[in-house]
Amino acid sequence: MNKLQTAAEAIASIKSGMTIGIGGWGPRRKPMALVRELMRSDVTDLTVVAYGGADVGMLCASGKVKKVIFAFVSLDFMPLEPGFRVARQSGAIEVLEIDEGMMLQGLRAASWRIPFIPTNVGLGTDVVARNPELKVIDSPYDDKEWVAMPALNMDVALIHATRCDVRGVCEIASPDVYMDDLFARAAKHTIVSCDEVVPTEHFADPAVARSVFWERCHTQSVVHIPGGAHPSSSDPLYGFDVKHFKAYGEAVGAGEFDAYVDAHVRGKTEQDYQAAVGGLEAIKALPLPAY
Amino acid sequence: MSEVASSYSLAELMVVAASRVFDNEGEVLATGIGLLPRLAASLAMSTTNPDLMMTDSQSFLLSKPNPVSGMKSHAGQANETWLGFRAVFDNVWSGKRHAMVGPSQIDRFGQANISALGGTYQQPKVQLLGVRGFPGNSISHGNSFFVPKHSTRVFVEGECDVVGSIGYNPDRLPKGYSLDDIDVRTVITDLCVMDFNGPNHQMRIVSLHPGVTEQEVRDNTGFELAVVDNLGVTPAPTVEQLAIIAELDPMNARAKQLKDNPPGERRG
Repeated sequence: MNKLQTAAEAIASIKSGMTIGIGGWGPRRKPMALVRELMRSDVTDLTVVAYGGADVGMLCASGKVKKVIFAFVSLDFMPLEPGFRVARQSGAIEVLEIDEGMMLQGLRAASWRIPFIPTNVGLGTDVVARNPELKVIDSPYDDKEWVAMPALNMDVALIHATRCDVRGVCEIASPDVYMDDLFARAAKHTIVSCDEVVPTEHFADPAVARSVFWERCHTQSVVHIPGGAHPSSSDPLYGFDVKHFKAYGEAVGAGEFDAYVDAHVRGKTEQDYQAAVGGLEAIKALPLPAY
Repeated sequence: MSEVASSYSLAELMVVAASRVFDNEGEVLATGIGLLPRLAASLAMSTTNPDLMMTDSQSFLLSKPNPVSGMKSHAGQANETWLGFRAVFDNVWSGKRHAMVGPSQIDRFGQANISALGGTYQQPKVQLLGVRGFPGNSISHGNSFFVPKHSTRVFVEGECDVVGSIGYNPDRLPKGYSLDDIDVRTVITDLCVMDFNGPNHQMRIVSLHPGVTEQEVRDNTGFELAVVDNLGVTPAPTVEQLAIIAELDPMNARAKQLKDNPPGERRG
């Protein structure tokens, strides 16, 4: 089975009103080329589930988003994500704000096809008090109450992997898979962009096979976009682009996000985008962050 | 016992005070969010509690803490266990952790906020990070706070605008829980050290930093504080502690964490 598609072909499966999950974490291994393709589309009213970074911020700033399900939206070195801030402070989006670990539980419940997972996380906080869609239930086994974290069922998941074969076997060579495997399992349809397409024999090496975290039946579409995580990182191939994130932040801060979109996204191909940020070689030369 | 340093910065005093929260923790994951709390945990792991566990802030547990400044790469660090972002939740929920975090607001119940300020929940005046892991941390293990600027803006009069972590608020106590199930520990600020061991878990002044008065602390706190008997002065760093801090922070990033890098001894 050959699942290779262009970004445009893959993104065409996303319709207005859908719930989409986006893998990665903050400024790390985000499928940003797919996000840019989504920004070019006429899709609106999305519900976005993510450990959010500029993916969430840019989609919010582009008017694509109805609701965000999040625990944070941050670029880490820039703690406050500018596009998300503007959207929140203008009241433009609905939110379901949950704990980072509750998101894991919601993804897990969806991937296991169960309606909720009980947890004590969120008790006593505004996560429960201000979000009536989160229910608190009694346990059949003790006298305590528990949060019933609902399954985060999603129509589509977008993920960026290091390497894939055309059948959708995906290698995450980074030190962390984050929750990408759960996003893939929780969604009905998963689109994976990757830096490299490799022959299936690549995975015969047991060490490589150990870097595959979900089965190919959970990947429906493979998009080959070297550098496709930029400006987020794709460890070990490249780090995140601090300069580019800052320029994006300044554009949003100055009320000029439209100019950013005109310069980088609208009417541009991914090749145009990469040329504007210095080319693929410059992306691959971005240093990995050290803490 | 190493001799007490004759000169030290306020940041260094706070790091040493903050490191003490990890002294008797045994084998737990020490997570300091922000440079000074991370330095505090690193100091504790390097001195009083070598059994502590710390991460590289990315994906691995380390046998020896990384420096908090001057790192160019993660190559060569003392990895011992993979502990990616999701595995941290397994550790959090097991209770084997003590986190020190820097909230934007704390209220008299020890509830904390890093989510948003002002306005309404639907449209906050200032959107911050989101609750991140605060709800899960606060219900699962001990948590301490690090506050670089002690003021009524942080120590708020009413409840936090968004309550991100559970505290000693009887009105929010979940069914089946008692206040003693909650474990909010120590608060380190630029003025003092506090805990929640006053009457009915009231926040309590434990020690004042050199040159700080009790009234100064009260004036900068939006609610009533208890105070320990025989209120003393926060102990100054020792020469040995300063040397280890310097080793853990070779670029002296700690000097940039507090405005104008004030001295730790503010008397006279």
